[in-house]
Amino acid sequence: MVENQRWLDYLAHAVLICGVIIVAFPVYVAVIASTHGPTAFTSGTIPLLPGTNAVESYTGVFQGGIAAQMSVPIGVMLTNSMIMALAIAVGKIVISILSAFAIVYFRFPFRVLAFWMIFITLMLPVEVRIVPTFQVIANLNMLNSYYGLTVPLMASATATFLFRQVFLTIPDEMMEAARIDGAGPMKFFRDILLPMSQTNIAALFVILFIYGWNQYLWPILVTTDDSYQTIVAGIKRMSDVVDSEPLWNSIMAVTVLAMLPPVAVVIFMQRLFVKGLVDSEK
Amino acid sequence: MQTKRTIFGNKGLPYLLLAPQIIITCIFFLWPAAQAVRTSFLREDAFGLNFTFVGWRNYTRLLDSPEYLNALKVTVIFSVSTVILALGVSLILALAVDRMIRSGRAYTTLLVWPYAVAPAVAGILWWFIFNPTIGIMPYILENWFGYDWNHLLTPSDAMILVVIAAAWKQISYNFLFFLAGLQSIPNSLREAAAIDGAGPFKRFWTITLPLLSPTTFFLLVVNIVYTLFETFAVIDATTEGGPAQATNILVYKVFRDGFVGLNFGSSAAQSVILMGLVIVLTVIQFRFVERRVTY
Repeated sequence: MVENQRWLDYLAHAVLICGVIIVAFPVYVAVIASTHGPTAFTSGTIPLLPGTNAVESYTGVFQGGIAAQMSVPIGVMLTNSMIMALAIAVGKIVISILSAFAIVYFRFPFRVLAFWMIFITLMLPVEVRIVPTFQVIANLNMLNSYYGLTVPLMASATATFLFRQVFLTIPDEMMEAARIDGAGPMKFFRDILLPMSQTNIAALFVILFIYGWNQYLWPILVTTDDSYQTIVAGIKRMSDVVDSEPLWNSIMAVTVLAMLPPVAVVIFMQRLFVKGLVDSEK
Repeated sequence: MQTKRTIFGNKGLPYLLLAPQIIITCIFFLWPAAQAVRTSFLREDAFGLNFTFVGWRNYTRLLDSPEYLNALKVTVIFSVSTVILALGVSLILALAVDRMIRSGRAYTTLLVWPYAVAPAVAGILWWFIFNPTIGIMPYILENWFGYDWNHLLTPSDAMILVVIAAAWKQISYNFLFFLAGLQSIPNSLREAAAIDGAGPFKRFWTITLPLLSPTTFFLLVVNIVYTLFETFAVIDATTEGGPAQATNILVYKVFRDGFVGLNFGSSAAQSVILMGLVIVLTVIQFRFVERRVTY
């Protein structure tokens, strides 16, 4: 540092400790709540120290059927979320890397038009075209299916731009050498481009997995059948009870389970995650 | 547009490679968007059988309706407060981590993970903490400050709740970008200022903050887009626009009017207005990325 000012260091530590507490507090409360029995929430305030009901809370949500609004076993929802997140991440990467390859390594009529069409998807988030998109999905019979959940979300301008950027930095000599050695475009793509963009693919995968897992509006629109419900979209229905108090310990157990996979990804693959985040915003 | 010096000569292959992306874009993006524009000029009869062309009526009605103007006002309040809160807190945290030499990485890990929490889940978590009967925050507010918190009845409480939930979720993202921005500022500048006698606060205002302006501007646009659209889940998982429309932001109103109210013409007109808004924001963002603002 520029000069040694102890009080500023102490202040910085104090600020950071406060920050970490604020950031962690809601999740702490959720974890604690999930270790209590349902009776802990009928009076007084939320408990702040662990209870003894953890095993029952979690096995309860896995078995399902605790109450009418929790009829779907959580295993089904977790599986659906996993399928959705993986399919969207893999699908987006495959589709985008192929388009970027076409745009960078070929010159053909309508190339610029194709580029702009991909660019426009950035400007049309699901939220602003909810009703007509729903009608399209309904007309194509894609409601209540994994196709409906994943395929419409696979177009990606950011991923395409990212791979375009990566390909543009790969030296031209690579391709010239490959061509001299008689490699066709697909062989060049498989044996040179793919291995050279491995880290970018991994970083992007981390970001897209989180994106897919955290989808909320889309699963609500596309699924009415419980067997296609995802966990993030399902939580709300559990807390929506009219007559009685919600079963907070079970809801918080589900909330913790819904957070666990993406949070684990961020913590254990922090380096890739940061790279993916910074790359995909350029 | 840039390509390689040498290219592959195949004629059909590039179209084949682009096909999946373009097909999905046309069916699920362009077609619905075009439908929204078309429907926004139509009016459906009570049985949903006939459409009549009504010109700009859906738009003029919207701009005359107090509900829409209220949603507009709510959106502005919500966006501005969320953006200021999320940017302010994360800038302070990033400045603090930037001072740390050894513990910086540990703090970073502890601060970035909420990025992975879904907006809907963030909403539920804060909904639980602020629950009027059993929540911890209403208890503290009641006993320490004598304030009777109830976001189910009091509009301003509901707004504060969704702002906190939405900002909390965004802090880690902003923090990472601010930290990267701070670390790219050359230390020599700060050292030179220190030699000239500038204290830590003066250095922040005259050196760090101006040099951070590209990052800040970028984050400003990203955060505005986030508050306008992605916070749908926060609202839906908590207040559902209530009480008394107090948190009914524009994007939530599109959904409500379309799916619950089945007022397709009006919902489509609202969609088109929002599309216009995203287009403006995206253009601003990309113009800025093209030539980064630096001093």
